[in-house]
Amino acid sequence: MSTICKKEIRAYLTSMSGYVFIAFMLLVTGIYFTAYHMNMGYPIFGYTLSAVNFIFLIVTPILTMRALAEEQRQKTDQLLLTSPLSVTDIVLGKFMGMIAIFAIPVLIICLYPLIMQVYGEVSMPMSYTALLGFFLLGCSNIAIGLFLSSLTESPVIAAVITFGALFICYMMNSLTSILSQTAATSFLIIAMLILGVAVVVYSVVKNTFLAVLIGIIGEAVLAGIYFLKSTLLEGAVQKILSVFDLSSHFDDFTNGILDVSNVVYYLTVIGLFLFFTVQSIQKRRWS
Amino acid sequence: MIEVKNLTKKYGDHTAVDHLSFQVEEGQIYGFLGPNGAGKSTTMNMITGYIASTEGTVVINGHDILEEPEEAKKDIGYLPEQPPLYMDMTVIEYLRLAAELKKVPKKDREDMIADIMDTVQLTHMKDRLIKNLSKGYKQRTGLAQALMGYPEVIILDEPTVGLDPKQIIEIRDLIKSLSKKHTVILSSHILSEVSAVCDYVMIISHGHLVASDTPENLAKLMEGENTLELTIKGSRTEIEGMLNAIPEIAEKNFTDNENGLVQVSLKTEGNEDVREKLFYACAENQCPILRMENTHVSLEDIFLELTSQDPSEAKNTGAFSDADAIQSLMEDTETPEEENKEGGQE
Repeated sequence: MSTICKKEIRAYLTSMSGYVFIAFMLLVTGIYFTAYHMNMGYPIFGYTLSAVNFIFLIVTPILTMRALAEEQRQKTDQLLLTSPLSVTDIVLGKFMGMIAIFAIPVLIICLYPLIMQVYGEVSMPMSYTALLGFFLLGCSNIAIGLFLSSLTESPVIAAVITFGALFICYMMNSLTSILSQTAATSFLIIAMLILGVAVVVYSVVKNTFLAVLIGIIGEAVLAGIYFLKSTLLEGAVQKILSVFDLSSHFDDFTNGILDVSNVVYYLTVIGLFLFFTVQSIQKRRWS
Repeated sequence: MIEVKNLTKKYGDHTAVDHLSFQVEEGQIYGFLGPNGAGKSTTMNMITGYIASTEGTVVINGHDILEEPEEAKKDIGYLPEQPPLYMDMTVIEYLRLAAELKKVPKKDREDMIADIMDTVQLTHMKDRLIKNLSKGYKQRTGLAQALMGYPEVIILDEPTVGLDPKQIIEIRDLIKSLSKKHTVILSSHILSEVSAVCDYVMIISHGHLVASDTPENLAKLMEGENTLELTIKGSRTEIEGMLNAIPEIAEKNFTDNENGLVQVSLKTEGNEDVREKLFYACAENQCPILRMENTHVSLEDIFLELTSQDPSEAKNTGAFSDADAIQSLMEDTETPEEENKEGGQE
């Protein structure tokens, strides 16, 4: 794992992408920091971080697009997969390497609250809680990007789908508010989702019986809930979709609240997508 | 050392490798021979654990490649068809990475890297970026990577493709010298290469192992009997009578009869050499021998014979106007696509 991690760090620091990533993060954060805290004198550092969290949409693809897609395209994954390393080691190594690069701008940003302190009273625990949240948010974005990079051989496609996926996550809060909260809407959307699941199951296992069974049972349960206890379905779609809302879990951090559930949420996202990445590589080997 | 049993790989409905079984013993050079798309690369990718088999097992020194991959992979060095090189690294950086990946102990690393660069004659290129190297040196860098950690088995997929003739000879000599310390498996669709380098040949066609033996034995197997081709001056009846007097001759074929010259091809039983007898018999009868040739079956003939035993190929040689011929043509055009699937896009 450390071998891959070192290799990744070296690769980012001997090519443009690492420096572009670091420079862009520092540039945007620096502009907001100067505007909010130097010019206007806000004492709460979380403002800056919550304002700049959109940069992950742009910088995450820079970092993650090549991670696995390029290895597949250049066939260098043959070197990694035929060496005595497990796939988990490779994926963790890649992830740790990217985290190490991401940690560089974060460590520099860690100096900003100290600069603010020179000019007045600043709550350090609040500032660093916000920074912890910022770091976790970034790590989850990188884990998602790593997974999407494992799906394709083209870094450009990896970058575009990563941007798309992160954009939808970023906009999730607004998207859910467009949808109606009524039980009927939820019923329709979830019914379609169940059909979708059944189709996916069919295309994976090629078993008509199983797919139809899943579809029928799913729809029946849903219809049962809708007719017997429709209140359960009110706003259900919003609840489901809010799982994908990465940045709203960051809001508590910016206000200086260290909620364990938010930390667990980010760690779960990271763990889940690293697991998906391993599975996606394994699937390619087995198919 | 390596035991392959019933190895099968299916891509959807297409079977790339079909129940392949063989064993590899220590200290020999094995050659996989087969036309494009025969399943050579797929087999090698399965042996090295790059892809998983649909069915069947690969056991390397007692370790199953799918069940104990880390143990099994330690004993294997692999040079795929396209060397897995990081273009942005220098040769020495790349080899250091390879040494770390192969878990070479830190204290041995630099010595081993120097030693391997010496073996593949790469030392003077060690500070060059890999992307600036020529194809031949890229191949050597890939080979150096495969040698890293001195694994017991070295697997090379078409190691001489794209090299110039001088480099091909160098790489072949290198492979021969490797067999002193390692077991080598290489694949090729070039016959002369396999017969020049390998101790043992496995011919693969359409995912099946159609023959496996030493190059000499394969030639004998096909030859069956010795064949002699002669051109003798004299009348046909005279010569026929003369040949009938030699009991070792099992079969006579008179092919041509012009200007008082008789062409005849003879088959003898077993390994009997009748050339001297023929000479004296002809001398006695005053029939000068103008030409006498011992024809050997080359590996090429065997290769063509064995790989054309597939039904769809056989149809090609028959009638060309019916649907079968068209079908076989279509199957022929499929081959490059299959190659793409395994080999890569370039």
